[in-house]
Amino acid sequence: MSPAKTPDYIWPHRHLLGLEHLSGEDIRFLLRTAQGFEEVSTRSVKKVPALRGKVVVNLFFEPSTRTLNSFHLAASRLSADVINFTASSSSAKKGETLRDTARNIEAMGVDVIVCRHSQSGAAELVTRCVDCAVINAGDGQHEHPTQGLLDAFTIGQRTGRDDFDFSGLTVAIVGDINHSRVARSNVYGLNKLGAKVILVGPPTLLSGGFESAGCEICHDLDAVLDRVDVINMLRVQFERLTSQAFPSAREYTALFGLTRQRLKKMKKNVLVMHPGPINRGLEIESEVADGPNSAILQQVTNGLAVRMAALFLVHGAGVTEGAHVE
Amino acid sequence: MQVLADAKQMQAMVRRLSREIDARRNEGEPWAVVGIRSRGDILAQRLAKLLKIDLTGSVDITLYRDDLSEVGPQPVVRTTEIDFDVDGVNILLVDDVIMSGRSARAALQSLVDFGRPRCVQLAVLVDRGERELPIAADYVGMTVTAADSQLVEVRLTPTDPDDEIVLFDRPRTQAESSK
Repeated sequence: MSPAKTPDYIWPHRHLLGLEHLSGEDIRFLLRTAQGFEEVSTRSVKKVPALRGKVVVNLFFEPSTRTLNSFHLAASRLSADVINFTASSSSAKKGETLRDTARNIEAMGVDVIVCRHSQSGAAELVTRCVDCAVINAGDGQHEHPTQGLLDAFTIGQRTGRDDFDFSGLTVAIVGDINHSRVARSNVYGLNKLGAKVILVGPPTLLSGGFESAGCEICHDLDAVLDRVDVINMLRVQFERLTSQAFPSAREYTALFGLTRQRLKKMKKNVLVMHPGPINRGLEIESEVADGPNSAILQQVTNGLAVRMAALFLVHGAGVTEGAHVE
Repeated sequence: MQVLADAKQMQAMVRRLSREIDARRNEGEPWAVVGIRSRGDILAQRLAKLLKIDLTGSVDITLYRDDLSEVGPQPVVRTTEIDFDVDGVNILLVDDVIMSGRSARAALQSLVDFGRPRCVQLAVLVDRGERELPIAADYVGMTVTAADSQLVEVRLTPTDPDDEIVLFDRPRTQAESSK
């Protein structure tokens, strides 16, 4: 109903590599754009022609189903043509470098590359080899910006903060913070939107450096339960744990798992989130994951609108490179 | 800046439009009024009230524009709100100004993505000619002849401070001034 609050605002970023370098205004603009895309998924024809004739390539060097499918569907709903390029079926297996792979793909005339890689900084490297827009869909332990954005979108939706001003909101992120790009993107995003972030995990998985980002650090989950409005349970990433970070899965659950007993000690309307995939019974109990406080499936739904917004905005910025300030 | 119509004249114009629309619509058929964001939206609400039509909606045509790749920075996307089943419904599409006809084309494409309306009619407050597509409005508040360098703006409360239709010289865009 109301006109745009910032009519002179122009989305300035040609790539979406992380939330660290976005301003609060950028993040809010993207989330508001995503609000405009939400309704597309409820229509009988779930498609708009915004990126018709454009090509989006999903360049995924790491296994992924949810993020890959979400980007694929988001691009399809914008009417773009989509190519999925996954490591298992690609020439990366034959020894091609990331740089060569990216340049070869670009040579086919693509408009946006969505990149997922096990190495931190991979997406940025791709931006330096190609001219098209690049979206980071997760790079190593660095960032996963669209996950951070869809988490913020979900929090705004469930707490009734449509303007994405999170002042006064306390969010706990629990688990393997050190290895988590989801945690990093959440920390940057939530701080910029005004929320207070508490990071919780065993010292082996939460080694510090986050205080400077404005976060509170806590190694005792039970101590923060009654203080938080949102609790984001990270997945225990066995594939990234190189040493014994905790003695046993059972001990992890006992100390850091979100159980029914713990949920009872929390605020009645606390929002429970998880980026997926869930290790049921490890970091979160099934009854909690499937309960009324859970926003886990809503996060997946919102991922679509947020990724549509991201594709739409970076593509527009790419077209007009040089026409306005970067 | 020249005022083409003040609040009173605009009110009379909207009333006349509603009478014309009423005269031509068949009783007993389902009707809905859909405005093109953002000014058409407000007009649609006013017309719906006068016509006593309960079904209303609004379309944001940003994603249907045919110039998305040309215009540069992506415009702000707002929500489209069509909360009713459009199949078999007569739709009165409302916009403030028609010129090239491209907004109406985009809105039509958006509407048919929601279903198959029985018919769509177009009402505008100002027709300033210069059509680039074979599209005509069924109901027109006023016709204005203006030069390319001029803008015709329909201002509506509560978005704008007053109801008025104004004509003024368009500020030169960055691209034009650098030529």
